Formats: sequence, structure tokens, C-alpha cells
Amino acid sequence: MTAPETGASGSLIQARALGRVYQAQRGEPVVALHDLNFEVADGEFVSVVGPSGCGKSTLLNILAGLLGKTSGEVFLRGTPVDGPRRDIGLVFQGPVLLPWRTVLQNALLPIEVQGLDVDKYRLRARELIKMVGLAQFEDKYPFELSGGMQQRNSIVRALVHDPAILLMDEPFGALDAMTREQMNLLLQKIWMEARKTVLFITHSIAEAVFLGDRVIVMSPRPGRIVQTVTVDLPRPRDLDVMTGPEFGDLVRSIRRHLDAQQGLD
Amino acid sequence: MRRARRIFLTLAVLAAALLSWEFGVGFFKIPAFLLPPPSRILFRLYDGLAGGSLLEHTSVTLQEILVGYVLGCSIGIGLGVLISQFRLVEDLLYPYVIALNSVPKVATAPLVVIWFGYGFESKIVIASLVAFFPLLVNVILGLRSVERDQLALMRSLTASRWQTFRMVQLPNALPAIFAGLEVAIVLSVVGAIVGEFVGAKAGLGYFILFSNAIVDTPGMFAAFIILAVIGSILNQIVKAVGRRVVFWRKQDLVVSAS
Repeated sequence: MTAPETGASGSLIQARALGRVYQAQRGEPVVALHDLNFEVADGEFVSVVGPSGCGKSTLLNILAGLLGKTSGEVFLRGTPVDGPRRDIGLVFQGPVLLPWRTVLQNALLPIEVQGLDVDKYRLRARELIKMVGLAQFEDKYPFELSGGMQQRNSIVRALVHDPAILLMDEPFGALDAMTREQMNLLLQKIWMEARKTVLFITHSIAEAVFLGDRVIVMSPRPGRIVQTVTVDLPRPRDLDVMTGPEFGDLVRSIRRHLDAQQGLD
Repeated sequence: MRRARRIFLTLAVLAAALLSWEFGVGFFKIPAFLLPPPSRILFRLYDGLAGGSLLEHTSVTLQEILVGYVLGCSIGIGLGVLISQFRLVEDLLYPYVIALNSVPKVATAPLVVIWFGYGFESKIVIASLVAFFPLLVNVILGLRSVERDQLALMRSLTASRWQTFRMVQLPNALPAIFAGLEVAIVLSVVGAIVGEFVGAKAGLGYFILFSNAIVDTPGMFAAFIILAVIGSILNQIVKAVGRRVVFWRKQDLVVSAS
């Protein structure tokens, strides 16, 4: 539905010399992000992996317009980010559903907030709800759903207004391992059908490799990119991929990079 | 089954207490003006409601309670919203509100009666005054207790301040608001009665004082029973409405301020 509207360079997300410094109340300022340069192409799925404290959530919040940068430049679809905008969908670490709204009502929240025609989008919301396997739960409330179902609801909410870009901040971190695998498969399916550009933050190397076309590896304090790995595994990937030699090599190589960085600290 | 058993046990205790009261009073020869037997109290209650003035007094007090409650709660909610939403209002008013809250509200009843007279108005003012503060405090508390993630969500969706208030903050505050409403209804009953004690021409508080003056102890007890019934029915109504409105909270509403 969305016509891809790319910037001059053809990338949907661009970061140039991006930096963020937190001014501590006392003591030295903390450098959360230092000199980040990367691009994400239209329709690409890019994972960002790194240990806690590497500023990956800071990065995502800057891209979402929720947090200001202190240096460098960020562009989404060719325009600089200067605040929250309507052409992105955001998925948080927790589901962040409104407990007094049903699955369908939660899914339609962006439509209401952005003053779009709710009746027009209800069909789309229902289709997305069906796609994530919540069709029978449309009229249920969050407290009647499991954690995995709640997070699926929040993914529908992020997609309902048909944003060009999906930003995901460790969305499956709170789920148990088996639910998490199912969610990874589901997300891959959604991405292959909806063809959004996805930036996916995670601290799981396996998850990053399984989902990503590319994996950006970050190091902690100051958060910077230490490596970008291209994942050439064919799609759709099933869970068996994870036991294959190629997958293992990629995971090992990324882990070695991270370990080396930890050692330097 | 268990529920039926519990109800049976409760009723059995009540019956045992009433019976021992009834016969204990006779056995120990306690005079009726000190402690009348339950039978006399019930008779007085029936008598007062059927032919006497008790029904009228009840109606007066009930109206004072309800009007005062609605008034006090409305002002409390309104002011709470203003204080929580506008920094200026908070800076101007909140310190005084806190200071006034530490004054026992019923202590001002004599003054209120001087200002508003012996009629309806002074009782309404006192009942609303005591209802006002728990609402105010709880509304502010509730509106401020929004999850940061929910606010971030609304901000990321480019929501206006009014949308964030209407769609997130206000529903979030409802559990606290209903906790305040529950406290306030009980206090409103107290407020109305205290107001009538200080100076009134009608109402259950007036009736209690009057019965006291003519040593009609069964009459006082009859008024207590009516007040207890009014209090618990109103409390149950507020609770039931709260459970319906705040359906997503399964546990009982926590009373966070009074």
C-alpha cells in the first residue's frame, strides 16, 4: 500500500556520524552512542545486536523521534528525524497494551490517534489480527491473553497504519524460549508478506542472525558499530536453520567480536 | 456450598448475639435507657418508619449525603485534573490543598453552620467538604501513575496532549478515582450527621440528638440501624459501579489515600 519513497541514497534509514551523550547530573557525561554510520535499504531486515548498555535502545528511540541526538544526522525516507512521525511502527520491549481496550481496539489505537477513518481500517486490523493468529481473540482484553499473544497484539498495532518502517526494541526478550522461536517465525512471515523495512534490536545473537538480512554488531560504552555481518541464508528460514553449519559460523563470528570488545573494556 | 456455609455461620453468630443481648438485658436487669433489648429497638424502628417521623428524617439525611457527595466528588475530580495537568495551577493551589487536608474537616462544621445556616445547605457543604479531599488526592495520584511506556507509545503515535489524557491518563486513573469514591461515600455520611449534630431542624443526626434529650434510647439505636444500612448500601453501590467500570482490575481497589 505504501509507495516506497526513498531518500537520495535509496536507503530508508540513514545514520551519519550519529552520537548521543547523556549529561549526568554529577560526574563525567556518558557517551551512549559514538559515531554510528549505517543505512538500511527499502524492504531490508536489519538486526542490531549487542550487550546491555551498548546504546541500542537509545539508537531506536532516536530513530523513533522519542529521544534527541547530540551529534550527527538521522534520516528516515530521506527526511531528517525531528520528532515522532506517522510513517513508522514501534514495538516496545513489553506489549504496552491499554488494559481497558480489546485486542481489536488496541490494534486500532494508532488509527484513532492519527485521526484516520477507523471504519476503513477495521478490516485491515482484522486481517492483521488473523495473520498473527489472534482471530478468535479479537474481543478479548489483554489480561485474558498470554504474554506471547499480547506481544502479537502489539505487533498488529505497530503495523495497522501501514508504516514504511518497523522499529522493534527487543520485542521478544520477555518471552520464554519456545514462544520466542514461534514469534521469530511469525515475524519472518509478516515481514515477507508485508515487506516492511525492519530495524530489530535484540541481545540474542541467534535471534539476530535468524531474522536479519544483515546484523549490526554493537559494543558497549561508548556504543559503536564494531561489525556488520551479512546473512545469506535462504528465506523462508525454518528453525532447522539454527542447527546448520552456516548459522553456527555466523553466530560464532559475532560472539567472538563481542567477546573481544568486552575484553578491551 | 462453602458460600452457603459462610452465610449460615454469619447469620448464626448474629442470632446468637441478638438472643444473648435480648435475654442478658432482662437477666441482669439493665434499664432500657442504658441498653434497650433488640426487640424494643426493632419495634421503635418499625414504629418510627411506619407512623413516626423517622422516614422523613432519613430522607432529609439521605439527600444531604447524596447532594454533598456528588458535589464534593465533582469538584475534587475537576480540581485534581486541573492540578495534575497544569503546572501553574499546581504551584498556585497544591500547597494549600495539602495544608487544608491536614485540618480535620468535621472540626469546621460549626463554622460552616454559622455561614450557611441550620438548613440543608450547611450539611451539603460539610458532606461535600469531607468527600472532596480523598477524591482530589486520588485523582492526582491516579493521573500521575501512568506507565512511562504508555506515554512513550502515545508520543510515538504523535498523540496530542488531550488524546493522551483521554485515552491513557484518565482510564489509568480510574482505579484510584474509584478508591477515592469509596472512601468519600463513607465520609459523606459522617459529614452530614456531624452537620446535623451542630445545628439542624431535621435529619437523622437531629433525630439522634432529640432522642437523646428525651431519653429515647431505642430511638437512637433505630437511627444507628438506618445509618448503617444507608452507609453499607451506598458503599456497595459505589463498589459495584467501580467493579464494572474498572473491569480490567480483578483485585479490590486499593484505598490509597483518605
